[in-house]
Amino acid sequence: MAEATDPVTQTALLTTADGRPLKTALAEAQAKARRRAFLLVVPLILFVIMTFLIPIGYMLKRSFEHDGFASSAPAMVAWFAANPDFDPTNPPEEAYAALVSDLARMQVEKTTGMAGTRINYSVPGTISLFKGGARAAKNLTPPFKEALLAVDAEWGRPALWRGMQSASHVYTAEFYLVASDRKLTDDGWARGGDKERIYLYLFFKTFLISGIITFLCLLLAFPVAHLLATLPMAKSSLLMIFVLLPFWTSLLVRTTSWIALLQEQGVANDLLVALGLITEEGRLTMMYNMTGTIVAMTHVLLPFMILPLYSVMKVIPPSYARAARSLGATSWTTFRRVYLPQTLPGIAAGSLLVFILAVGYYITPALVGGADGQLISNLISFHMSKSNWSLAAAIAAMLLASILLLYWLYDRLVGIDRLKFG
Amino acid sequence: MAAETRNDAFVAFERVQKSYDGVTLVVKDLNLSIGKGEFLTMLGPSGSGKTTCLMMLAGFETATNGEIRLDGQPINQVPPHKRGIGMVFQNYALFPHMTVGENLAFPLEVRGMGKSDRDDKVKRALDMVQMFSFINRRPAQLSGGQQQRIALARALVFDPKLVLMDEPLGALDKQLREHMQFEIKHLHERLGITVVYVTHDQGEALTMSDRVAVFNDGRIQQLATPSDLYERPENSFVAQFIGENNKLPGTIEELSGDKALVRLQTGELIDATPVNVKQKGAATLVSIRPERVEFKPEMMPPGAHMIDAEVLEIIYMGDILRAVLRVAGSDEFVMKMRNTLGQTKLVPGQKIKVGWHPQDARALDP
Repeated sequence: MAEATDPVTQTALLTTADGRPLKTALAEAQAKARRRAFLLVVPLILFVIMTFLIPIGYMLKRSFEHDGFASSAPAMVAWFAANPDFDPTNPPEEAYAALVSDLARMQVEKTTGMAGTRINYSVPGTISLFKGGARAAKNLTPPFKEALLAVDAEWGRPALWRGMQSASHVYTAEFYLVASDRKLTDDGWARGGDKERIYLYLFFKTFLISGIITFLCLLLAFPVAHLLATLPMAKSSLLMIFVLLPFWTSLLVRTTSWIALLQEQGVANDLLVALGLITEEGRLTMMYNMTGTIVAMTHVLLPFMILPLYSVMKVIPPSYARAARSLGATSWTTFRRVYLPQTLPGIAAGSLLVFILAVGYYITPALVGGADGQLISNLISFHMSKSNWSLAAAIAAMLLASILLLYWLYDRLVGIDRLKFG
Repeated sequence: MAAETRNDAFVAFERVQKSYDGVTLVVKDLNLSIGKGEFLTMLGPSGSGKTTCLMMLAGFETATNGEIRLDGQPINQVPPHKRGIGMVFQNYALFPHMTVGENLAFPLEVRGMGKSDRDDKVKRALDMVQMFSFINRRPAQLSGGQQQRIALARALVFDPKLVLMDEPLGALDKQLREHMQFEIKHLHERLGITVVYVTHDQGEALTMSDRVAVFNDGRIQQLATPSDLYERPENSFVAQFIGENNKLPGTIEELSGDKALVRLQTGELIDATPVNVKQKGAATLVSIRPERVEFKPEMMPPGAHMIDAEVLEIIYMGDILRAVLRVAGSDEFVMKMRNTLGQTKLVPGQKIKVGWHPQDARALDP
């Protein structure tokens, strides 16, 4: 320990020729250059904050926040706050009174839809219940419990009361429960039935399809990248143009050309029929399903695998392979033991890039995915189009979390510093 | 030249030609025999075909025509991994993802050798280059010289009969290079292996080799021992490529056996040994090594011609003094003098006479 501290005390004592501490002098000498460097990156930092950090922060906030019920039902909010431990199977008369007064108020302020939608997240089928209740509310007389149950017996459901209690708070983790296929039953939160488990299944399917696409990309990109790295300059530049050509073409055009190729009356099927490999009736369904999504996305994402692989392969000198061969290794052993291990940073970078892009891909599956080729991002988009912002945000946040988890795993296993993107 | 027809050659190139593009020949009609245990250097400027020859021997390039034999067997069709030739590369080519020990074990592993035998051999090979303590390091943690030793040990660990070295010392600094030259030379002597060494550094070629093949323009210009190569170059390319050299153009005035009298373009007569000039009146280029030029008449053999010279510049180089002279109209004539205690001091502008022993001046092709 003494050895380790000694140099520190020594440096602390060091001074410049005119007696100033060395550290201060060094900091002053570099301060100007550092300030100037900082000014250069300020626009970028602002841009990233404005267009990236703030929207993501907002999205994360939205995934926990919904005031559709809390803002339109003040009496209920007050009552739930005063009676946090009430019995949802048999709420008292005051609770019903508060509910009826809020329903009447919603009818006047036209906020029934908002409140109903909020409850509908956790207890499906409640929008129409709220609309019916609100219409009837101003004509109801005490005792309100019997009166409201007479309008619709559903008002007595414990699940509904649990839902309203939860919705009386602006901030809630409920959307994450919903996005994990949970729903509010009369006995509290529970997993939905087999047919209702769409979110986790879609998460699983998204990861599976992304994995398949990543693997296919790797399989296709490896030889191409190797060729790019070893061909003479003139030929490799030409090949590189072919690799980059898709980048210069609209994504929409590329995807629709796959439709033209792979649809049932498309080029590929026509060719197979003409060759007699399949019959006219047996035309393959390669479009508007999972196959279509996989084929089109593999094509779209291929350059993202080729480029990192290429950048790594380019700097592997051919003498390694020659050395291995001269030492007695067959070409297969040379590839497996010498070449492949050295391309690992490229494989890892390309795979990570393609996988992350694939997991969040939206437009291609939306165009060619049909019913079973949809990914989780299509569901996010669906909920956004239905103004279910909080649920969409919760799913997106889960997607973000899983990608960060993947990144963390990658760092633990391979090391981020070994990543090479080109 | 007798070695070329030797039948017991360990490595033989016979009428080997190589073309990459089908238009030009990079190697033109190569005939070369290398004896067992010989240290042969292929020396030449870049693009002279020397590396191509080495690559054909290693199996990374195929000969367009001709036959290459190793230990009597034609190897044109044998893939590189079955040739059993050790090779040291210019950039060492140590596998960066393996430790030193793993690098050395690699050739033994692919030969299916058991773990304990492997460890023994690796240890012995590392001891041979005094690098055993580095067995668990990665190549990136070693200096250039250390990497070079490991590369050497790896090329030798599987006991190859033939080791090829492709400018192995090119990336090292001068002092280390000279040290490694001796080390490689000693290893060669101790192990009795055959070495084919490629370099463009003539000093390296002269110090290390039993014989040197000077390549230029796809042909072997001269194949000789280092001393023959330096003292008795057979053509003007070799004379100019190996060591420093003064060139005096002229025509043959008299030719008798091993003596020639050459009239320089400025009219002076000088003595020379005819090498590849055939007849009187032929144009020639006389080559004289700077250290063989004399300016003291008492050092000259009787009857030898001396010609006028003017000292232009004296360069002090420590062990020697280098005088740039104007001789026969050329301002680039160089004379080297040993920096001894009693050495005559020349000054610029001084008029002197220079001469040489006839066998030191070689009348070559122009």
